[in-house]
This record gives sequence, structure tokens and C-alpha cells, in this order.
Amino acid sequence: MLGEAEPQWLSEEVKTGTTIIAIEFNGGVVLGSDSRVSAGASVVNRVMNKLSPLHDKIYCALSGSAADAQTIAEMVNYQLDVHSMEIGEDPQVRSAATLVKNISYKYKEELSAHLIVAGWDRKDGGQVFATLNGLLTKQPFAVGGSGSSYVYGFVDAEYRKGMNKKECQQFVVNTLSLAMNRDGSSGGVAYLVTIDEHGTEEKVILGNDLPTFFDQ
Amino acid sequence: MEKHYTDSKVKGVSTGTTILAAIFDGGVVIGSDSRASMGGEYVSSKTINKVIQVHDRIFCCMAGSLADAQAVIKSAKSHLSFHSVQMESPPLVIAAASVLKELCYKNKDELQAGFLTAGWDSKKGAQVYVVSLGGMLISQQVTIGGSGSTYIYGYVDAKYKPNMTREECLQFATNALALAMGRDNVSGGVAHLVVITGKGVEHVVVPGDKLPRFHDE
Repeated sequence: MLGEAEPQWLSEEVKTGTTIIAIEFNGGVVLGSDSRVSAGASVVNRVMNKLSPLHDKIYCALSGSAADAQTIAEMVNYQLDVHSMEIGEDPQVRSAATLVKNISYKYKEELSAHLIVAGWDRKDGGQVFATLNGLLTKQPFAVGGSGSSYVYGFVDAEYRKGMNKKECQQFVVNTLSLAMNRDGSSGGVAYLVTIDEHGTEEKVILGNDLPTFFDQ
Repeated sequence: MEKHYTDSKVKGVSTGTTILAAIFDGGVVIGSDSRASMGGEYVSSKTINKVIQVHDRIFCCMAGSLADAQAVIKSAKSHLSFHSVQMESPPLVIAAASVLKELCYKNKDELQAGFLTAGWDSKKGAQVYVVSLGGMLISQQVTIGGSGSTYIYGYVDAKYKPNMTREECLQFATNALALAMGRDNVSGGVAHLVVITGKGVEHVVVPGDKLPRFHDE
């Protein structure tokens, strides 16, 4: 043998194979994500917070290639700072989502990341935008990442209009827990961010505090 | 962004379907959608029944290549009826599942078929068995399969409870199939359900317009 081959994960792309979700309630939004970052079959970070602030009351949830997603978030963070100085007040959530969409669309062939943008502004309250592949849609809730396929049925069945803040938080935690149980690329802890007109609250829910289901 | 390929794009195999089986207090429900599609672009049948009866109280759903599955089931049916004559009693559900498993395992290089087997026998009552592609046989309380099943893992994990009543289980199965058909473009049509208990077998067909609707429909 000629020598030791390097471990496989060094040559694999680092992906945030993930589960992310954002949901709007009357007066704000709740965002949630898991915390696993994988490179092929290895978990390279088991506590990564994929909910990234774009502004005080606007956050985005990262999925896809970790490097691409982080870069887009940092660029938009900078662009939003400049924009908010220009207009002299806090930016609208739609503006943040549009900036993300512009980058995702322009570089759609080179990038492989999906960011869900959610936040609160004075004009339209809580809003959630999906920016998959360069489209921009406002939705009552959005799920993304590899784990989201497993919970489409669950969110379709359980979502109701007019849920309050506590119900939304429970909905997000349940959805994340179910996805993390089934998707090999999602796991670790659950991060939650709740944004309303009073402020932004970040929370971590550790593995053993997540809801369990009949087969656990 | 993780790309998801429906199974039909992998090795040219058609799995465009959603199948499910669940045990309740006193019996088992097994069901499927009714769409047969060619490559996700053309629906060749809107009303195909994918729940096959292999004996009086034992039913199967197929996943994977439909041609392989049909061939295996045909062979399994004849094995089972011979076995039942030899034993002078109805076959056990595990016997039916084992027959399928033997065929899948011994011919694993040529076949691409998996099965859900559900039934009732006097020895162990209601049972559900899964025979996967390579020929593994396991027993479960609730199980789902086919391309549409990815979308309802979360729903099934959250909503299945052991020892439900017959009505609750039927509603659970109908909801799960409806949700999968709503998200998977190669599953659809009507929901075919079969309820098997010690007392008998009942077919329930839920047409498209009677399927439960969810918030965005």
C-alpha cells in the first residue's frame, strides 16, 4: 500500500442537509431548524444554528450547501444594513427576501442553497417568504431542506389558519422532531426563533426535551 | 439543495404509488392509491387496485417494479394454496410473508419488488409484515411504502397510536393516503382500503371527491 488515504469526509461537500421551517402567526413569525451539518456520511457539526439574522427582526433559515447558504446570508445582511441606512428605518421583510431572491436567481446555476426568509415589520406584520431556486413567494408557512419531504403530510394535515404564538411554536417543534427522526441528514438539537413587534427570542431545545412519538 | 428523485427515475423502475398498512384493536387496515403512471407524465390508469388478495384473510400491496411484483405474487398464491391444503387450515400471515420473502431473497439479483403483507390468523391475530427489496422480513405495527410514502413519514409517526378503534384507524389511513396523493404526482385517484378482522374482510373505496381536504385545498 502506498500510504494512508485521507478520510472520505475531507473530500465531500459540506451540506446542511437539514430541516427548516418558518410559520407566520398574527403578530409575528416562528422559525425553526435542526443543527446537523454533514459531509457525506460524517456529521461535521452537530450544534450549528441554521437560523441566521439578516436584521433585528428579520431572520433566514439556511439549507443546502453550507458555504453557499452562509455566504448568501452574509451578503444580504450587509446589503440590508446599507439599505436600512438609506431609508432611515427598519427594512421590510419583503425587501430582505427580494435581496436573497436576487442572489439565488442570478447565480442559480452555481449555487445550491435554499433560504427561507421570515420576520416582522411595521407595515405587514409577520411574513414568511420562500426563495427556492430564485422564485419569491409569500406563504403562511414554509418548510425546506432534505428533512422537509418527510413532514409534508404532517404540516398539510396539522396547519390551521389563525394559530397563536404558542401553538405555532409547538407546531414547529413537533415538525422538526418528526423530520429529525426520519432524515439521516437532520438531527441534533432544535433551534427556535420567535419574532414579533416586541422583539426577537432565541431558544434551543435539547435532544431529550424534544417530543417523542409512539415508536420511541 | 437536496434533489429528490422519485423512485421511478432510478434504474427505470416504476414505484409511483403510496401503500400503507396499520394494525388496530382487533384487525388491520391495508390500503393504497389507484394511479398507474408511465414516467410521471402520463397516467395510464386512474383506478388500478394495488391491494391483492393472496388468501381469504391475507392481502398484499406491491412496491417496486409492478411486473416483478405481479410475477412473485402469482407464484406466492399458488405456493400458499398448496400449503393451506397440506396443513388443512388457513395459512398464517407469517407464512404468506415468508413465501414472498423466500422468492425475493433467492432471486434478489433479478427482482426489484417489495411487499406489505397484512392479515389476520387465529394464532397471532392481526399482523403486518414488510418484505423489503433485498428480501428482509420484519413485522411492524404500521408501515408505509412507495414513492408517496416519503411525504407522510412525519404524519404517520405523529398520528399512529397502537390499539385504535376500527373507525379511527380507517380515518388515519384515509388521511395518510390523501396527504401523500396531494404531494406526490405519481400517486392519486381513489383510495382503496381493505379492513381485515377475525370476522371477515371489508373493502372500502374512497373516491377522489370524498377524500379529506386539508388547509390549502
